[in-house]
Amino acid sequence: MEKPGFEIERPRAFQRYQWEIFLFVLFMAVNVVNSFLSPYYLSIDTFLSTPMNFLDKAFLVLPMTMVIILGNIDVSVGSIVALSSVLMAVSYNGGVSMPLAMVLALLVSTTCGFINGFLQIKFRELSATIITLSTMTVYRGIAYVILEDRSAGRFPSWFSFLAWGYIGKVPFIFIVFIIAAIIFSIILHKTRFGRTVYAVGNNRTASEYSGIRTDRVILGVSTLAGLMAGFTSLFLTSRMGSTRPNVALNYELDAIAMTVLGGISTSGGKGRIGGPLIAIFLIGFLNYGLGLRNVSAQVILIILGILLILSVLVQNFTNRTSQSPRKSATPAHRIDVGDGSDIHKNSAQGG
Amino acid sequence: MQSHKKRSPSDIDQSLTDKNSAGLSKLNILRLFQNSESFRELGLLIFIVILSGIFQLRNPSFLSLANIKDLLANTAILSILSVGMMMVILTRGIDLSIGSTMALSGMVTALTVSANPQISPLLSLIEGMAIGLAAGLVIGVLIAHFNILPIIATLGLMNILRGMTYLVSKGKWVSAYQMSTGFKNLSTGTTLGINNLIIFAVLIYILYSYFINQTKTGRYIYAVGSSPETAELIGIKRKRIILLVYSLMGLLAGLAGVLWVSKFASAQGDTAVGYEMNVIAATVLGGVSVSGGRGRVTGIILGSVLFGILANALPLINISPFWQQFIQGIVILAAIISNVLLQRRNEKAALRKRAI
Repeated sequence: MEKPGFEIERPRAFQRYQWEIFLFVLFMAVNVVNSFLSPYYLSIDTFLSTPMNFLDKAFLVLPMTMVIILGNIDVSVGSIVALSSVLMAVSYNGGVSMPLAMVLALLVSTTCGFINGFLQIKFRELSATIITLSTMTVYRGIAYVILEDRSAGRFPSWFSFLAWGYIGKVPFIFIVFIIAAIIFSIILHKTRFGRTVYAVGNNRTASEYSGIRTDRVILGVSTLAGLMAGFTSLFLTSRMGSTRPNVALNYELDAIAMTVLGGISTSGGKGRIGGPLIAIFLIGFLNYGLGLRNVSAQVILIILGILLILSVLVQNFTNRTSQSPRKSATPAHRIDVGDGSDIHKNSAQGG
Repeated sequence: MQSHKKRSPSDIDQSLTDKNSAGLSKLNILRLFQNSESFRELGLLIFIVILSGIFQLRNPSFLSLANIKDLLANTAILSILSVGMMMVILTRGIDLSIGSTMALSGMVTALTVSANPQISPLLSLIEGMAIGLAAGLVIGVLIAHFNILPIIATLGLMNILRGMTYLVSKGKWVSAYQMSTGFKNLSTGTTLGINNLIIFAVLIYILYSYFINQTKTGRYIYAVGSSPETAELIGIKRKRIILLVYSLMGLLAGLAGVLWVSKFASAQGDTAVGYEMNVIAATVLGGVSVSGGRGRVTGIILGSVLFGILANALPLINISPFWQQFIQGIVILAAIISNVLLQRRNEKAALRKRAI
């Protein structure tokens, strides 16, 4: 948020983390309200075990943060989850051992992500949106071709440990997620690769001229998104015990909503991973609280949609002062005219 | 990124020079079409003919008059929606909310009809269109005035509208017996032996092709899509055009929702889930470029018909319906990629011409 001529030094901590603090306050408010709704709510056990209901989705948010920082959108992740989950179940039922089937699921999802990235770098004229929209249909289409309207499951009993198991008092999935979150934070904020993600998101042309292999960055991020979708499919399948081609419907929407609510600007090049992490828990606990009040899934759908739009609105308003006067509508277009006109875009963010 | 009107003369030039330099060859006719949008439309047409031929061989009832009428009636709603989607994509946008808009407008009109059976079908149509228009206006304002990415805004609205559909219906369905005959006749009735749906579609296409090709506003839509900056510099009110485009999309989706519910005589919470993908597929297949500013009315007609054949005729030749989504996805992917390749070839050809 630098205003030319007024502030030259980096904004103070409070200003820098404004959005995260706001989200955290919101998160606390949700918890306060929830604890009024149920007398049993306020306990360590609730806090540790509630996330089991939504953390499978959260694995998608980590790479989605990178995707959106790149200025792209990936709407195919839900379908990738469905495809790898279906393939895992079918191959296990076909006689493959379970660990191998799980590895297969991860391989399939990573390949799907790689294909997304490959198409994006081979056909740069096309926006990531339209590419992932079509691969979304293809991937889920394959899942339907394989399993039609049947379901598949009958996994070994130890497989349910992934989603339901505890280590000590902490759910297994919670531990895995924390580790994944730490790894992603380090990649995004402490490595060269992470910095290049911001650079490409800010201005692809300029990054290319300064020697960054933008294609590799995009390919890498897409592949990571595929890999994490594989993790989601493992945990989701384990949680449900069986799978169908229509699992993980609209997961991409949830992931995008959490990411954008977490303060990642859809114009790219901005935002830190802390915001989305808080947003995951904010939305998760909000859903849980609404569930306590017997609010129907449809209302939750509406609330999620409104949250998504509101968070972008608020960001657009707060960013308005620091943005170049004429912003065009789509990221694809920005790449077209990204001839350095937006090079002054706030780069103090995200360190 | 020019509008096609400007392209044509240079294309003819190009084909002429090609002819001179390459001499006579068998491919002369193809060369003539090489650099124009007509080329890909010709390709689509040939593809449709070949596909129909194959279907005809596998199932002799495919090209019967009754089946063709069915096919057109089934494609009508899709083709009405492609009109709106074409405008949206022309401005480099996308609209994922239309399936939900259709569900909401269909549900509300069906509820109105079941509560007052004597209501005129025309009024139902207007009601549905008003609901769609309202949804489209909201989306348009969000995108044009608040600078929200089209995909984010419409993704959000997709959920909100779908949730509202469940809310107004309280999760119940409105079934055939609750609808008046007049309402059901909107889609299933015939006028002069032709299904009403086809008549609706033809009327909309006549209006639309006049609007997009002959009026100033219509050409502005192309301009905004080709180059938003330039469009604004020459005094086009970009925001107003974008607002208009999404409102019209909403209006058409509202209309399509009423027609859909009247056609299937059933309004459900999950009416037309995912239908936006079919519409986007048909539009992109018809040669409307997702990078904006390119696309023609004849293209989306062919695209819709081809897509209608793919969607409706697969069961006729014993392909499992579960293949449908996969085939649809592959077709979209092939269409957008071939669009890019064709565009690249054109640009290369233009460069080569300049070099000489």
